[in-house]
Amino acid sequence: MSTTLEQDLRAVASPLMNSNIPDGPLESKWTDYKGHMKLVNPANKRKYTIIVVGTGLAGGAAAASLGEMGYNVLNFCIQDSPRRAHSVAAQGGINAAKNYANDGDSVYRLFYDTIKGGDYRAREANVHRLAEVSVNIIDQCAAQGVPFAREYGGALTNRSFGGAQVSRTFYARGQTGQQLLLGAYSSLMRQVHEKTVTLYTRREMLDLVMVDGKARGIVVRNLVTGKLETYAGHAVLLATGGYGTVFYLSTNAVNSNPTAAWRCHKHGALFANPCYTQIHPTCIPQEGDYQSKLTLMSESLRNDGRVWVPKQAGDKRKPNEIPEEERDYFLERRYPAFGNLVPRDIASRAAKLECDNGKGVGLTGKAVYLDFRDAIKRLGQQVVKERYGNLFQMYEEITNEDPYKVPMRIYPASHYTMGGLWVDYNLMTNIPGLFALGEANFSDHGANRLGASALMQGLADGYFVIPYTLGNYLATKQPADNLTTEHEAFKAAAAKVQEMTDKLLSIQGDTTPTEFWRALGKIVWDNVGMGRNEAGLKKAIEEIKALRAEFWKKVKVDGRGDTLNKNLEFAGRVADYLELGELMAIDALHREESCGGHFREEYQQDGEAKRDDEKFCYVAGWKYTGDVSSPELHKEPLHFESIKLQQRDYK
Amino acid sequence: MSKEETVAKKQGSRYTVRVWRQAGKDKPGQLVDYQVDGIIPNMSFLEMLDVLNEQLTKEGKEAIAFDSDCREGICGMCSLVIDGVAHGPHSGCTTCAVRMRDFPSGSTITIEPFRAKAFPVIKDLVVDRSALDKIIAAGGYVSVNAGAAPDANSILVGKESADRAMDAAACIGCGACVAACPNASASLFTSAKITQLASLPQGQPERKKRVKAMVEEMDRLGFGDCSNHGECEAVCPKEIGINHIAQMRRDYLMATLAP
Ligand SMILES: Cc1cc2nc3c(=O)[nH]c(=O)nc-3n(C[C@H](O)[C@H](O)[C@H](O)COP(=O)(O)OP(=O)(O)OC[C@H]3O[C@@H](n4cnc5c(N)ncnc54)[C@H](O)[C@@H]3O)c2cc1C
Ligand code: FES
Repeated sequence: MSTTLEQDLRAVASPLMNSNIPDGPLESKWTDYKGHMKLVNPANKRKYTIIVVGTGLAGGAAAASLGEMGYNVLNFCIQDSPRRAHSVAAQGGINAAKNYANDGDSVYRLFYDTIKGGDYRAREANVHRLAEVSVNIIDQCAAQGVPFAREYGGALTNRSFGGAQVSRTFYARGQTGQQLLLGAYSSLMRQVHEKTVTLYTRREMLDLVMVDGKARGIVVRNLVTGKLETYAGHAVLLATGGYGTVFYLSTNAVNSNPTAAWRCHKHGALFANPCYTQIHPTCIPQEGDYQSKLTLMSESLRNDGRVWVPKQAGDKRKPNEIPEEERDYFLERRYPAFGNLVPRDIASRAAKLECDNGKGVGLTGKAVYLDFRDAIKRLGQQVVKERYGNLFQMYEEITNEDPYKVPMRIYPASHYTMGGLWVDYNLMTNIPGLFALGEANFSDHGANRLGASALMQGLADGYFVIPYTLGNYLATKQPADNLTTEHEAFKAAAAKVQEMTDKLLSIQGDTTPTEFWRALGKIVWDNVGMGRNEAGLKKAIEEIKALRAEFWKKVKVDGRGDTLNKNLEFAGRVADYLELGELMAIDALHREESCGGHFREEYQQDGEAKRDDEKFCYVAGWKYTGDVSSPELHKEPLHFESIKLQQRDYK
Repeated sequence: MSKEETVAKKQGSRYTVRVWRQAGKDKPGQLVDYQVDGIIPNMSFLEMLDVLNEQLTKEGKEAIAFDSDCREGICGMCSLVIDGVAHGPHSGCTTCAVRMRDFPSGSTITIEPFRAKAFPVIKDLVVDRSALDKIIAAGGYVSVNAGAAPDANSILVGKESADRAMDAAACIGCGACVAACPNASASLFTSAKITQLASLPQGQPERKKRVKAMVEEMDRLGFGDCSNHGECEAVCPKEIGINHIAQMRRDYLMATLAP
């Protein structure tokens, strides 16, 4: 099916969701808009206090840039140092439309690939701006001393990544996220030295403070002393990352969590497209229930490895004892054209199906084989080693199995979340003064993110978008008043957080927060994971509700509130997972189409996701109503002017 | 408990872990023994501690506080001294990458925090490493504002220089070098940042100023001197070599002689 550029007339735009996209042709919107923005007088910048929560690529870049401009920045993170934010773990690379490879890349092509990769569920204007500023990011990082990979002649080198026909991915060995983050961190520490930025590490934001309908501060728990602290500012920027940990099993760091965003949602900030989550097919499988963090391995392995399971369910023989005719190379069988190279979502779903049918392998039965036997026969061990040596080594360190001799075991896991707080073109949520950056917002990846584009978005938001749009907001809407934390709103907010802490500590039931988290993760994974259907989603909603009620009766949190207490930190996050998990299911149930990472089993054509552009070409923004189970749906229709909507096709 | 878990528990090994417990910064601390069962060989060391903590919580005892985040060897948050060695028995590996198969079933494992004058204990195995951030704040950067950078390919960097910079930039800032050094010196950490930037054209304009500021800050914060023991290099999970310290010394000398 392919539709023309009809605008979705059925989705009525919500007044809460004015995208504030500037007028004018797509190519020059951002430049024209920047040129006409109101500016904050340089002498006044120091009078503005900006709260930035998060020190990952988005938060670190924002805090550093705003400090450079002369604002008074307060920057918060959970870890003991800003340099440890989860962005540090990204391996693969960062996209930019530099066309250094001279292979025909352009801003338009990166824009087009991102819209298409996102299955036509992102805003054109935002994505175009992202592609435009991508080139500045590489300049900025190189100037900071980020040691990108280079050619012998000294120029930067690129690699290719999924979803693109050009070579536009910049990288620093297998540690691109680390190096980009250390670049942002060094600029941030320079501003700490200049005293424009004050760092607050080992702090967890637990609530937003609103005064006169605007975001004016935050409540944090000092994770060392256990004390609640409040901070006032003229704007609050959330750069707190995604919500992939709702699934329990994920490739995210153990401290990654959506609490800050969720608590803002409960103040009225719309949560957009929570059902758009990305599952990565090649993770090292779980060894046992105690494990929540999984290690990701590069997808490139599927170029030479063959994926299979035993034909016979429950076959307990060792892989090498299973004869050829008793193996089912299910991707090659089901997708003869693409074989093992089908896109992430399809590969993930197929593996889960085999395991659900009892054909999974390994101790837990939740894994499929990725076999290099034939590649080694064909290419020789040396070539395989040159291509994948470091990945093989990492696999062996973790599993103690030699993938040159025994097939690898892989399984999909939650990796990234496209949904997040709804923001307008200025990255501002529907709460004035509250901005969301990086993975915490919903804005640029639609229903599916392409590899190497999250790092790009985080840095684009932090270095090149927010410094402009925040200035415009302050200059037009927010005078540099001297509101302090003496205002009663701060005391009330802190008291509310204290009440929750006391309650968590007082229940003293018999089930640990981790046990609840694990139980929730299973419900969400089984029903709001790779394949979703009406019955399963309805069941999940009921089960999550019941689990949440049980949590508030039976949770056991040890220790005290006035000291470092990781159990208490986790308990608060799990309480939020138990709410956000339900919203993910509600959103997935309402979206009666399949697109990107959201696969509704009822809406497919020969196993392929089937979008319904007539009914669902909109952003779903959910508003908290006081009852987690009955949020209000708001819609922002998506208009495609430069790109024709088409069904993705992998046959 | 799931079926798999019950099976694993039956099959797994038992260990005695002897852990440093300390209620707070200025409180006294001591080693306390715990038994933990059901540990399977491929479990990571930190997962073993997770299992123990779940067990302690169930028994109404306070869980052991320790730091970790990425659990894949890149964030530098995990920081344990295992049987007397920072990051445990293997070279080139962080605490979170240590696996239980390296410890014979039934053995006793001693776990202590990273210790150094500049790293006060916050609680149990959690220490305050913010002094490392202060060293970076003193000069570990190139002073370039966002938006002011020239086209990235206008400054060519030879592959060898870029590789040298990358070798040094691999530092994860965990502080194992400090914990392992008899003088509790932060020389390896500091020199890695200095060499990274000194290897690149972008780092040249501030080279002298940087090395002076960072070395002096390191001294001011109470880190010891380097006397070439090499323990730092031995425990560094990213295998950063002490040749960087030699380079830092040369640069420092140059900066003080000809500022
Ligand atoms: C294993 C892995 C590999 C990846 N590889 C790639 C890749 O190759 N290319 C790519 O483009 N993308 C990749 N991604 C995705 C990408 O890394 C992330 O989407 C991106 O780094 C997110 O950056 P961020 O700044 O939005 O948030 P994060 O880096 O997650 O930072 C969040 C920050 O917020 C703080 N924070 C959170 N909550 C609170 C709170 N309540 N109070 C105070 N502080 C808080 C944290 O302490 C932290 O500082 C990968 C992801 C994973 C998991
Ligand atoms: S937890 Fe990140 S390096 Fe160990």
